[in-house]
Amino acid sequence: MEVIYLLLSISVLIALAFLGAFIWSVKKGQYDDVVSPSIRILFDNNNNNNNNNYLDNESKTTKTE
Amino acid sequence: MENRNLEHFEYDNAIVRNFLIATVTFGVIGMLVGLLIAFQLVFPELNFGIPITSFGRLRPLHTNAVIFAFVGNGIFAGVYYSLQRLLKTRMYSDILSKIHFWGWQLIILSAAITLPLGYTTSKEYAELEWPIDIAITIIWVIFGWNMFGTILKRRVEHLYVAIWFYIATFITVAMLHVVNSFELPVSFLKSYSWYAGVQDALVQWWYGHNAVAFFLTTPYLGLMYYFVPKAAERPVYSYKLSIVHFWALIFIYIWAGPHHLLYSALPDWAQSLGAVFSVMLIAPSWGGMLNGLLTLRGVWDKVKVEPVLKFMVVALTGYGMATFEGPMLSLKNVNAISHFTDWTIAHVHVGGLAWNGFLTFGMLYWLVPRMWRTQLYSKKLADFHFWIGTLGIVFYALPMYWAGFTQSFMWKEFTQEGFLKYPNFLETVTALKNLYLLRGIGGTLYFTGVLVMVYNLIKTANAGNFLANEPAEAPALIKFHEESNEYWHRWIEKRPVQMLILSFVLVAIGGIVEMVPTFLIKSNIPTISSVKPYTPLELEGRDIYIREGCYVCHSQLIRPFRSETERYGDYSKAGEFVYDHPFQWGSKRTGPDLAREGTDKLRKPNAWHYTHMLDPRLTSPNSIMPPYPWLIENKLDVSLLSEKIKAMKKLGVPYPDGYENQALDDLKKQAKEIADDLKKNNINASEDREIIALIAYLQRLGKDVSLQKSTAQK
Repeated sequence: MEVIYLLLSISVLIALAFLGAFIWSVKKGQYDDVVSPSIRILFDNNNNNNNNNYLDNESKTTKTE
Repeated sequence: MENRNLEHFEYDNAIVRNFLIATVTFGVIGMLVGLLIAFQLVFPELNFGIPITSFGRLRPLHTNAVIFAFVGNGIFAGVYYSLQRLLKTRMYSDILSKIHFWGWQLIILSAAITLPLGYTTSKEYAELEWPIDIAITIIWVIFGWNMFGTILKRRVEHLYVAIWFYIATFITVAMLHVVNSFELPVSFLKSYSWYAGVQDALVQWWYGHNAVAFFLTTPYLGLMYYFVPKAAERPVYSYKLSIVHFWALIFIYIWAGPHHLLYSALPDWAQSLGAVFSVMLIAPSWGGMLNGLLTLRGVWDKVKVEPVLKFMVVALTGYGMATFEGPMLSLKNVNAISHFTDWTIAHVHVGGLAWNGFLTFGMLYWLVPRMWRTQLYSKKLADFHFWIGTLGIVFYALPMYWAGFTQSFMWKEFTQEGFLKYPNFLETVTALKNLYLLRGIGGTLYFTGVLVMVYNLIKTANAGNFLANEPAEAPALIKFHEESNEYWHRWIEKRPVQMLILSFVLVAIGGIVEMVPTFLIKSNIPTISSVKPYTPLELEGRDIYIREGCYVCHSQLIRPFRSETERYGDYSKAGEFVYDHPFQWGSKRTGPDLAREGTDKLRKPNAWHYTHMLDPRLTSPNSIMPPYPWLIENKLDVSLLSEKIKAMKKLGVPYPDGYENQALDDLKKQAKEIADDLKKNNINASEDREIIALIAYLQRLGKDVSLQKSTAQK
């Protein structure tokens, strides 16, 4: 059963690593803005309109034309 | 927009395409194998009487193929596509990408060869032998290197939530794989697990549970958070919730593993810990599911006409169902019914077919037209795929739930006089045959949909024009770091992720190397004095048992219920398994438990075992077990015997000094006894065949403890 201490310590290590990552991300201001990142991912190459033929053809083009 | 900092670069689409092709290819192969083994349970003739197509060898091939080849390649395709776009940069290194791709496919190929040939560690979802384990580690690290390299050269400061899911996947899977794969090589393709018995079971299910969590769930949640908003063309319902979802999920998930070992020899507090955390998991899981579904608010009209979104809706619903069911199955009273039955099979397939399968399909239908710069060849066919796939899931899951309940209640039913109502285990299996057939039909429906998808995607790709390097541009990331005089401090600040991982890996490796060998082996001191190491012949027989995958259908763990102790004998104790490298508890009882097969209560004559292995239907009409005629023809390979004894000694099994030199003589002596006994029953078996070793092992099971009992009674 002793192996449980090994598993627990490894699990705690992983948890601590993630805790560190969490603190880092908060300190770095990763979560200062929790609105625009979700919108930003919707626009690929939004300032390069010559090259957007992979963008969703159905909605984007019908709207503009 | 000022163009001062605008940088031009290209997204690597070729690597995404390669992973996509691999996803589809191995999806078809893995599911085809799944179909075959599903029908083998109805028509045992489909085992074809040869080793490489027998159920025990193909089932691990099916699980490994769908998990690591189909879903694995799906993860990599989705990650390589989304990571570049989320971070506005090309992958860190094209060479690493290529090594990752080809390395992973080679690992899959080696699995596809070794598993049917019987090279297996018998640890579920970690069956691959040690050289392949090392290859997996290397390729996984290359994947991580490439991913973190990309993160470090990103042009977007914020790490979108999907990326956090990818990071968690990488770190945790690396750790799990390394810890669970601790094994002592005996030869190039044979090893023994470093852990024994209960320890091995604990490590295995700590791995097994987290493999589901961090290979089938977290990476797919990352993909969900990218592809669902992209396909719906609207931001995720609540980005805040997605952040809470991520952190809550990863902090809770790793503690839930013990729910796989309820009512086992695991200490009660550990079982309760696992159950409590499993129930807590509902909160983040459902938060994530609702977040995904609510993203579609206002576009349900689009869901009606867009196959991509339909697939994603069912995927999310499947995720919600599976993550509600999981915690329920972790409750001890529910687990008492569900464990070892087809309920588990239903549960994993709702997760696998709906969540992983449908999300992959949705992603494929979305990605292929974009990457090949065209429209999907046929929306109608995609709709057909959707409906036949959904129907397939229903036809798969419902019969399996039914089968699970039916069998479990038959096992537990007593007559009014207090005897087991179905003392013959076979009755509880033949009762399920029609349900198994229905399940096979459900699988066929699902597979048909996949084939239609393959056709649709090929047609789409052929009509399109693939762009291998997609031009893009983005402003360079402005660094806000101030100059610091302390060099090391600056260095760390610039590389937080690297430092984090480096220190974590160092500490973990140091800890493992120091702790494992010493206290694990010392702790294997038997607590039951009558439990003795296996004889050489039994050890060889045990290796055949492992090679043929008997553990896939036969458990070796009797739970402390009256219905089980009546049927099989005394419940299992931790001390019985101290020499079991690896453990053979199993997770499913398609056949009866074998933990006490050699005791007086269950013991069958050697001749019965011989005939039964030759063709199970000779001794047990209507049995669905595959035949094993090759065990009777094959000569037992004893060339590794002394190496095996030496390895076992190294792992703490107390064979006398120098026993490796005497082992072969003992083996021959015991084999002759069994062969002589068979001759008395008119079976002319030569003593150097594999069947003799397997019989020796089966006759030994549970015997030590029953010996102790009978002496204690006297």
